[in-house]
Amino acid sequence: MNKIEPAAPEAPPQELSPRDRQPRWRGLEAGHRACQGCGEALAARLVLEAAGPDIVVTNATGCLEVFTTPWPQSAWRVPWLHSLFENSAAIASGVEAAMKAKGQRTKVIAMGGDGGTFDIGFQALSGMLERMHNVLYVCYDNEAYMNTGIQRSGSTPHAAMTTTSPPGKERMGKRHMKKDLLSIIAAHHIPYAASTSVSFPADLRRKVRRALDIEGPTFLLVHSPCPLGWGHDASRSIEIGRLAVECGLFPVVELERGELGGVMPIREPRPVADYLKLQNRFRHLFADDHRAREEREHLQALADHNIDKYHLRGDGADPLDTAGIDTVRRGGPLR
Amino acid sequence: MLEALEGSQAVARAVAMCRPEVVAAYPITPQTHIVENISKLVADGKLICELVSVESEFSAASVVLGSSAAGARSYTASSSQGILLMTEVLFNIAGLRLPVVLTCANRAVSAPINIWNDHQDSMAVRDAGWIQIHCADNQEAVDTSIQAFRIAEATELPVMVCMDGFVLTHTLETIEMPDQKLVDKYLPPLNFSRKLDPRAPLSLGTLVGPDHFTEARHSHHAALMKSTAEILAADADWAALTGRSCGGLLTVEGPEDAHTAVITMGSTVCTIREAMSVYPNKRKTKLIKLRTFRPFPAAEIRAACVGCKDVVVLERAISPGAGGILGVEVKAALMGMKRQPVVHEFAVGLGGRDIPLETWPRLMEAVARDEEPSFSILDVELEKLPVEER
Repeated sequence: MNKIEPAAPEAPPQELSPRDRQPRWRGLEAGHRACQGCGEALAARLVLEAAGPDIVVTNATGCLEVFTTPWPQSAWRVPWLHSLFENSAAIASGVEAAMKAKGQRTKVIAMGGDGGTFDIGFQALSGMLERMHNVLYVCYDNEAYMNTGIQRSGSTPHAAMTTTSPPGKERMGKRHMKKDLLSIIAAHHIPYAASTSVSFPADLRRKVRRALDIEGPTFLLVHSPCPLGWGHDASRSIEIGRLAVECGLFPVVELERGELGGVMPIREPRPVADYLKLQNRFRHLFADDHRAREEREHLQALADHNIDKYHLRGDGADPLDTAGIDTVRRGGPLR
Repeated sequence: MLEALEGSQAVARAVAMCRPEVVAAYPITPQTHIVENISKLVADGKLICELVSVESEFSAASVVLGSSAAGARSYTASSSQGILLMTEVLFNIAGLRLPVVLTCANRAVSAPINIWNDHQDSMAVRDAGWIQIHCADNQEAVDTSIQAFRIAEATELPVMVCMDGFVLTHTLETIEMPDQKLVDKYLPPLNFSRKLDPRAPLSLGTLVGPDHFTEARHSHHAALMKSTAEILAADADWAALTGRSCGGLLTVEGPEDAHTAVITMGSTVCTIREAMSVYPNKRKTKLIKLRTFRPFPAAEIRAACVGCKDVVVLERAISPGAGGILGVEVKAALMGMKRQPVVHEFAVGLGGRDIPLETWPRLMEAVARDEEPSFSILDVELEKLPVEER
């Protein structure tokens, strides 16, 4: 005789946390120890979302390595290798060579900050590009050595205050210019080199996907605000990153085999001062003296030069320009 | 079959027989012939591997770090300044416990710049956490290179095979090259347990704070101490297959009841062996051929020195301001012995200075007279120096 089993009571619908409702795959998990408002942490998460799980990440010494892997914990869901400060590109070359030797298609992404890329890791990076390794190198550019406590790097903008470029009677912050790394990278004639900003997440994701589709070395410079190092409120990282692009100081461009490909047009260029005044690292530029005025003008001229050089001025509204659909708005546009 | 081969060429062929998947290197004298020969083997299709010709030794070591972490059998070679430029990476490879094999064609370290042989380079990275094995001749260099992969992969510790620059690397010897089938039998393909694999992601090289760092160092030290078993097994298994042993950790030649022992490493072993036969000593003397410098076989050295009144250490490196390096370690090993021998430390053959056979009787006479200080650099021609520097 068949016994009819009573139907199991339906499980009550479980309340999913916002994180569990997150539909995207996450290569870099939440719960790491980055500061509030960390541009680099968000940028790394976005890079990994776009890249998907079939990758190996190599990581230079720096904030990203420190805040994601305090033993015995790790925030990485992808295979991850950290060796030293200056060899992220070289160990990535090795991982890629191993993949090639084994006939695997897994893509390698090398990561580093601006210190590990513009300065100490520059030689290894140049070698990796010259040898045409199939690696995407991502530089999270927060424009100083933040992990050691905000010292100037080759990427620190002119006149910015850091602990090793303090303003004083004889100095107005960093004396030298920000190294034009992207041009140097492009001079290797690699298939694809681009800049992007954490403030334009769709642009960032698109560039990661495009770079990963290319067989050969590719390079992405990601402008990543650092509330601690730049001296701004943690809630304003995205706004400040956007202002850097909108004023022309950080041009968002694509270079293919050394030639200018696409740029992100600026719908309405903002004065550099709008960007500078939100950050403590430029506070000395707003003193009421001629030196401050001179440096502000200097920085404005640099931004204008970028706008001319890369033809950044948009002609009319464009969904892909600085005020387009990619703009994250919270409480309306910043005015 | 015996073949007349240059040391570098023989080592390159031995390495190729181990089927490395990634080789990365940067040229430096006297290592160049090794990577040139490997490059040619790759160009001729005799070695299928990813050959990465990097822009510095720093990147050479970094590339093999990455490839090894990704599970590929990886090899590099260097010398002198190259080893020093690699230093930071060498510590890192060892700390990450990656089975990399490196040939160090031993050369002096600048300044003054000098391309000839001594052991200052590998001694400078003595504490990097690598296994360091010295070769006395080119047959040993061939056999040890093959054993090195086996040891590295069994212990998950990197192995540095040290061979004297020029004296071995550029010298033709009759060498028995093993059969490829035999090497394949001896050395199975690498299956690295902690490789970077998207299907089973691991984080390698994480930040370790004070709460775990001591344990990590302990575990590394313990692994090196334990690796002696694998070094011995690798040599014994090789001997069973080929009939040739390289001498495990160390070997003792000469009468067991000798009152004098001489300890040395690398090609100096062969020089002294020859000198001992040309100038037989009145006193019974034994030769201790030290093969494994790291892990340092202190107990074996003690055992080998039992009954000795004098122990002579000949080494090709110094620690300026202190004296010998190997000598100090031998002294430490012999401390507390019941009848502790007197240790005479000599630095010889620095920067390629020849060690003539006549050195040996002079040395023995000096030891018999007990006139020499506990450490001295042999054959310093003081008249070449300004008076105030003598």
